[in-house]
Amino acid sequence: MTALTAQVAEPAPPPPPDARAPKRRGVELTLLAGAVLISVLGHLYVGLTTTGRVPRPAAQYAAGLAAAALLAHVAVRLRAPYADPLVLPIAVLLNGLGLVLIQRLDATTPGHLTAGDQLLWSALGVALFVLVVLVLRDHRVLQRYAYLSVTVALLLMLVPVFFPAVNGAHIWIRFAGLSFQPGEFAKILLAVFFAAYLAANRTALALTGRRLFWKLRLLPGRVLGPILAIWLLSVGVLVLERDLGTSLLFFGLFVIMLFTATGRIGWIAIGLLLAAVGAYAVGTFEPHVHSRVDDWMNPFASIERGEGPGQLAQSLFAFGAGGLLGSGLGHGQSFLIGFAAKSDFILATAGEELGLVGLAAILLLYGLLVARGFRAGLALRDPFGRLLATGLASIVALQVFVIAGGVTGLIPLTGMAMPFLAQGGSSVVTNWIIVALLVRLSDSARRPAPQEPPE
Amino acid sequence: MIRYIRWCAYFCALLLVALLVNIARVQVWKSAAYGANPANKRPAIARYAEPRGDILVDGRPVTGSRDSGQLLRYERTYKNGPLYAPVTGFSSQTYGTSFVERAEDGILAGTDPGLSAFPLWYDLTRGRPAGGNAATTVRAGVQLAAYAGLAGKRGAVAAVEPATGKILALVSSPSYDPSVLSGTGTRVKEEWARLNADPARPMLNRALRETYPPGSTFKIVTAAAALDAGVVTDVDAPTETPDPYPLPGTSTLLPNAGTGCQDASMAEAVQWSCNTVMAKIGVRVGLRGMVEAAERFGFNRDGPRVPSWVSRSNFDTDMSQDQLALSSIGQFNTRATPLQMAMVAAAVANGGELKSPYLVERTTQDDGSPVRRGDQRSLGRAMNPATALRMQELMVKVVENGTGKNAAIPGAVVGGKTGTAQHGVGNAGTPYAWFISWAKAEGAPLPAVAVAVVVEDAAADRGDISGNLAAAPIARAVMEAALAAR
Repeated sequence: MTALTAQVAEPAPPPPPDARAPKRRGVELTLLAGAVLISVLGHLYVGLTTTGRVPRPAAQYAAGLAAAALLAHVAVRLRAPYADPLVLPIAVLLNGLGLVLIQRLDATTPGHLTAGDQLLWSALGVALFVLVVLVLRDHRVLQRYAYLSVTVALLLMLVPVFFPAVNGAHIWIRFAGLSFQPGEFAKILLAVFFAAYLAANRTALALTGRRLFWKLRLLPGRVLGPILAIWLLSVGVLVLERDLGTSLLFFGLFVIMLFTATGRIGWIAIGLLLAAVGAYAVGTFEPHVHSRVDDWMNPFASIERGEGPGQLAQSLFAFGAGGLLGSGLGHGQSFLIGFAAKSDFILATAGEELGLVGLAAILLLYGLLVARGFRAGLALRDPFGRLLATGLASIVALQVFVIAGGVTGLIPLTGMAMPFLAQGGSSVVTNWIIVALLVRLSDSARRPAPQEPPE
Repeated sequence: MIRYIRWCAYFCALLLVALLVNIARVQVWKSAAYGANPANKRPAIARYAEPRGDILVDGRPVTGSRDSGQLLRYERTYKNGPLYAPVTGFSSQTYGTSFVERAEDGILAGTDPGLSAFPLWYDLTRGRPAGGNAATTVRAGVQLAAYAGLAGKRGAVAAVEPATGKILALVSSPSYDPSVLSGTGTRVKEEWARLNADPARPMLNRALRETYPPGSTFKIVTAAAALDAGVVTDVDAPTETPDPYPLPGTSTLLPNAGTGCQDASMAEAVQWSCNTVMAKIGVRVGLRGMVEAAERFGFNRDGPRVPSWVSRSNFDTDMSQDQLALSSIGQFNTRATPLQMAMVAAAVANGGELKSPYLVERTTQDDGSPVRRGDQRSLGRAMNPATALRMQELMVKVVENGTGKNAAIPGAVVGGKTGTAQHGVGNAGTPYAWFISWAKAEGAPLPAVAVAVVVEDAAADRGDISGNLAAAPIARAVMEAALAAR
């Protein structure tokens, strides 16, 4: 090299990569132990308050949960040693809390036990998590399957149209006694497609297009066209299936990822405006949606009509009854909410029995998970990874906002599953895959440069 | 792209803040309003989640709680339900509470702040104290005597301890079993409909809530008013009253049921229940004097809280002379509850001082430690002590050698007054038989009991005879039980 380097006395030996980029696997293990402990204690507590004795399979439950957490931890240690140490423990804790709440709700509906199913689905979710972490060595591989993803996603969304509606929505596939919600998987595939497509066409989207006035430029139709078409198609299908929550989620996902890729705030504003007009039209003319909006505007209207409280009113009563500290697990009256207590309205049980303090803690856990997703996106160096991390984090954030805002009366209610918490197999499995992808992305983001595998 | 990812993250943070602010609004700010919403079942569920405290008679519970396993879990049971129904009332998941069940609901349901040893303790722990007990002043023996006496007849008995105002018995007949109203469901609704449709009105508490024309028993008030006002100074002096007596300002003649009332003295008039004499004395006392005297005994006041409310007894304040004459013998618009007439007898027995009647002796926590004591309050002086002594003598004569011989008890001083009140259109209804009395054990310093008995369907057809035949024996049984209980 040059003389300058020569003059330096003795070049220091490069520090070991571990010292520069701490892996923090020990932190993850400790946090996992805490998450498992909290879940097991919750399990015992619910057993003691609802039946007066320690639940019979408590030891197996604790062992199973610990084993699942340990297995996931080993997979991360082996194949994603630099992964964010918070992501996996948060997922385990939320899943564990969900199991506790479902177990608690099972106690009030003896004819409809679902904690066992949820446990199986959670185990399947963890298995898929391990599989994804072990098999998917580099997230950029997914970029290659962008078009395959979108094709499968659209197929998945179309299939339920041919199955009978459940509670007014065509979003389930019933097969061999199991019901399944393919739209849940479609959202990951769609996020992969959006990320891949926008990453590939980012320059064209950001810099080309005819100038309209001031800084607004028409996005190039050649590039925007296909993605817009696919988005419209998916939202259209969902509206057809009356899956409002998911269509709202897809709309938000599209807008956020387009904004992240192009930085065009003006177009986002126009998109939101159009969406607001569309939402108003649907809310006014579609009876199913219209009633939801009416409920939101006046949740106690049915009481004034003498028909007793509706589900949203019952949910608000439950939150109100919880107050600051909650009634304690097992001491609430969640069964008053009705049939959706274990799925759409599970947050109401959390609010009633754990109080404002417990509910805020749960929401902050989600916030932390989302923040770690965005953090991975910020630290990643490839546009696809950044967009994918942003997309996955946004999916979780939007889903939490839509369902939590709905059951607390902040926005109109749309049926959607609270990630990890709500009873529902496809939802739990999907969320574990999202967490696996976030672990993989954060591993790439935090991996020191020399260790970066070649493209 | 970094910048835009940050913006997305800020946007998500904003959503989180919106959620947190909203749950704080719902769970803290709106919590109380949601809790108070009548459609919110939680307060009712919490209310019935624990066994209700008991109502005690003679220290023994006459109520109980049964775990129904239903949503509103603990249902009320009653021992001797029909006997104590006018005291306890009912406690129903469907129809709420009445009487002591209502008046002491906070104690019985465990929501009364007095049940907590430390202020705010149960607010902090979010628990609830066990329901406390309400011990009544009712004596089981007295209550049973009154109930047995009325058996099969329509009517009411009220018995009080004159010196304290303690209610010793409250009976209404026919009665009902309040336990049929406990709980929820169609069975309770059917029972409620049946009880309300029953022409005998078993749920009516006749002792506290029904007013009857008091008839001749009101002559005690008139006589006391005359003595207090100085209209009559010598009870044995003739009153120069014609028989029949023409009502002032009219040509209507007021007859007597019996004979020997011509020109009788007031003592004789009380003893033989002369309408003519007492009507004339009432007119001589004057409207103002009569109204004031009646009000001193508790008429025209909102009934005392015992702690349940009691119907208002009435003595008209704006009347012509002939109306005043009729009112002075307990007819026209004069109406009184049995409890009010028991208070009249009690005031005489207690030397003129009227004690406020009360039904709850004390309330206690679950473990028996006291919460509140029922307070003895005076309602003031109904008559001068000298007048009271004179009235006692007159009432004793009624029992010793007058219209109320059936109330006599060997070994006790008993004073009484019979009454019969016509009612119905043109007095077509079967007359109500009345008897008010008090009793004192021989040589005892204080009277033991004052009683009022009404029998609606008195079999005897005319005059004060029915008061003596139908009502006096019941009063005697009640007084005997009260004397024995002391």
